[in-house]
Amino acid sequence: MRIAIPVNEDSMKTTICVSFGRTPYFMIYDTETKDTKFLSNQAAASQGGAGIKAAQMIIDNHAEALLTPRCGENAAEVFKAADIKIYQTKEDRLDHNIQAFEKGELSLLNEIHPGFHNHGGN
Amino acid sequence: MKIAVLSGKGGTGKTLVSVNLASVAEHSVYIDCDVEEPNGHLFFKPKEIKTENVSVWIPFADEKRCNGCRTCVDFCKFNALAYIKDHLFVFDEVCHSCGGCVLLCPQEALSETPKKIGEIKKGSSDHVTVISGILNPGEASGAPIIKSLLSSPSEDSLYTFIDCPPGSACVVMESIKDADYCVLVAEPTIFGVHNLAMVHELVKLFDKPYGVVLNKCFKGFNPAEQFCLENKIKILGRIPFDNQLGTVNSEARIASKEIKRYKDLFTDLLLTISEEA
Repeated sequence: MRIAIPVNEDSMKTTICVSFGRTPYFMIYDTETKDTKFLSNQAAASQGGAGIKAAQMIIDNHAEALLTPRCGENAAEVFKAADIKIYQTKEDRLDHNIQAFEKGELSLLNEIHPGFHNHGGN
Repeated sequence: MKIAVLSGKGGTGKTLVSVNLASVAEHSVYIDCDVEEPNGHLFFKPKEIKTENVSVWIPFADEKRCNGCRTCVDFCKFNALAYIKDHLFVFDEVCHSCGGCVLLCPQEALSETPKKIGEIKKGSSDHVTVISGILNPGEASGAPIIKSLLSSPSEDSLYTFIDCPPGSACVVMESIKDADYCVLVAEPTIFGVHNLAMVHELVKLFDKPYGVVLNKCFKGFNPAEQFCLENKIKILGRIPFDNQLGTVNSEARIASKEIKRYKDLFTDLLLTISEEA
């Protein structure tokens, strides 16, 4: 299964980014082949709708699950339409969360926030 | 003459000033552009109200024509479109109604459909025409309502007063764009000065003639007054920190109609503004 995770740097030693839509990188990890790749998040500097664009990018990279501390409602709607499951990360470290996911210890994210839109005026 | 009344934060006295100025002017139009919380109508209690809907255009995809080329998805700077499992998704509240996606679609699969975001209510109260914009809860931007409020044909009135939203963002820019004069209302606090500095920067950027009304004045040092003196800003008038004024205003009554000294204060203020503009 291919999973996507928002991370702060493009290395295995990195930490999970608190923002989904505006994370600097996404790590795509294949639980079967153990292949990893880091994608630079093109949505990070978006004027608006970063979550939608980031979700599109994850879908286009054929991920089947997302591991994230939180997710906004627009992105969640995109994932729902694409049948992608969202799991909630448990702590900061990337490697620990991947291990937890593989052991089935992460639960589905059930709290979707309404977004942090229009800060600073629109 | 169009006079916009603005301030960097809410609760400074924009509505107090614009309602009372409109009331002391002989014939005037009062436009409430604070579309997220319009309250000027509470003071005027206008009659013979006519309501008009305000809509924006949202793209709509004909799935038979769409071939999933994603030109629209890549074009949208606001990321209002996504293409998932052979379907185009439109996020209405993210869309800024620019119409670019419709123009660019090579398949001509996109058309525009109206979406109501609020309304405009127009009525009259004695010699004042009262126009209020109301944005539906949950909508992202009141700018289209303000655009519509200010583009409606103006009456043959000498004065139009524009009660702006608080702050200095897009909705305020939209409100002052065509104003002939800007009145900045300020409170006598450090926080008030910070907010005054924001709108001061905005009116300078827009190259508008402007002056300041100092509200809630009491004895002692007034940081907002000092800011005006340091920046050589014209002080148009001073409204005292007065319990009676606060009470009348909080009961949605118009002070200049009931209290002689406020009738005089706002008449003088209007005269000063007319001379300055």
